[in-house]
Amino acid sequence: MEMRLYLLQRISAIVMAPLVLGHIAVMIYAVQDGLTAEEILGRTQGSILWALFYGTFVVAVAVHAAIGLRTILHEWFGVGGVALNGFAGATCFGLLAMGLNAVAAVTVTP
Amino acid sequence: MSHLRRGHPLWYAHILHRVSGLLLALFLPVHFWVLSHALTAPQDLDAFLSFTDHTPVKIAEWGLVFLLSVHFFGGMRLLVLELTPWQPWQKGWAAAAVACSFFLSTTFLLQAI
Amino acid sequence: MSAPDSMQVSVWRGGPDGGRFQSFDVPRYESQTVLDVVAWIQQEADPTLSYRFACRVGMCGSCAMMVNGVPRWTCRTHVQKVLDADRIEIAPLRNLPIIKDLAANMDPFFEKWVQAGGVFEGTETRADSYAPIVHEDADRANADAGIECINCSVCYAACDTVAGNPEFLGPAALNRAWTLVNDAKDASRDRVLDAVSGKGGCHACHSMGNCQQYCPNGLNPLTAIAGLKRATARRALRGR
Repeated sequence: MEMRLYLLQRISAIVMAPLVLGHIAVMIYAVQDGLTAEEILGRTQGSILWALFYGTFVVAVAVHAAIGLRTILHEWFGVGGVALNGFAGATCFGLLAMGLNAVAAVTVTP
Repeated sequence: MSHLRRGHPLWYAHILHRVSGLLLALFLPVHFWVLSHALTAPQDLDAFLSFTDHTPVKIAEWGLVFLLSVHFFGGMRLLVLELTPWQPWQKGWAAAAVACSFFLSTTFLLQAI
Repeated sequence: MSAPDSMQVSVWRGGPDGGRFQSFDVPRYESQTVLDVVAWIQQEADPTLSYRFACRVGMCGSCAMMVNGVPRWTCRTHVQKVLDADRIEIAPLRNLPIIKDLAANMDPFFEKWVQAGGVFEGTETRADSYAPIVHEDADRANADAGIECINCSVCYAACDTVAGNPEFLGPAALNRAWTLVNDAKDASRDRVLDAVSGKGGCHACHSMGNCQQYCPNGLNPLTAIAGLKRATARRALRGR
């Protein structure tokens, strides 16, 4: 299990590496001259590419953050066993749900 | 019981990576929730975005971009360390990573204000 | 002749159920080591102080203690290097149960050594000729880099991951495992890799580097553990 979590953590990190750089680049570009909903949605709505980009990002980050938080809970707060894995699963699922919902919100054409 | 005196570059790299990850993980649900209004209530999103025009918020945004950059470069350090036979100039990497993070996030801030 | 200067030495006293720091005024001498200080206290001030030492020349690792928050060999630590405004704080090694005062219980350390697959399994008998080992081989170089470990437990005391994760096998045990994985004479490479892939195995290491920072022998468990991570990941991705 530890082996699998370790591999998942590294693989999700590798997947996210280019996505993070892309996200930061997008942010630097988008934040120029103010930020409006219209401006953001004008770029992202109806775009399959943005959906794929951020969709992948959400899946990877849900896995990565859940495993990372699990480690912190175990090493800094002494949580273990079912509570620990339950929390990790819930976090992963929660981030996945909220994240994919957000991706849909900005890419689906109304 | 006695404490352990830490304070060498690799330990800082470790603790920055962990703390930045924790803060980013706590921020994410907020980020997702705000964006989800885009479809159902874009005017709410706009209201929120104009709220972010205030300077303290801009500084907080700089903080978040900094956290993401630090976490990214810290993670790269780990991947290089683990996937390749390690070289002793690691400490230089740790320092360069923080420097790059500052650069990226300050670029963001300069564009944002 | 004027009386020697003195310094304030704070020594942890107690047992497995807790304790507190006790202060002593200890005379300063030239070329004094922290072990000299502890010995002076036990011989001149308080005979009930318990501590461990053996060779007192930096070969056995028995005298390892926390000095001003840093795990060190006290016989090789000069007082003038660690004196902090005329004060020193001495405590038993972190991350190990306490027997009494400055003597820590090394059992968990050695149990994890074995748990990590540290027992050598030979392939030849005395009837066979010597195994031809080439020192320039990359594998042998990896093993050679780690075999000078004297099991002093300084790295184990220094590691924050050991502190937070009681199941973590620790830098020394994993360093030992890596030397066996690279040892052409050892028959049990797969067994060792299995042993370091469980809970508390090499994957629990976060590469914070306290181990290599504080190892008095200049060893690098950090690199050894990275090697184990690579070896186990390669195996897992190949479906073993």
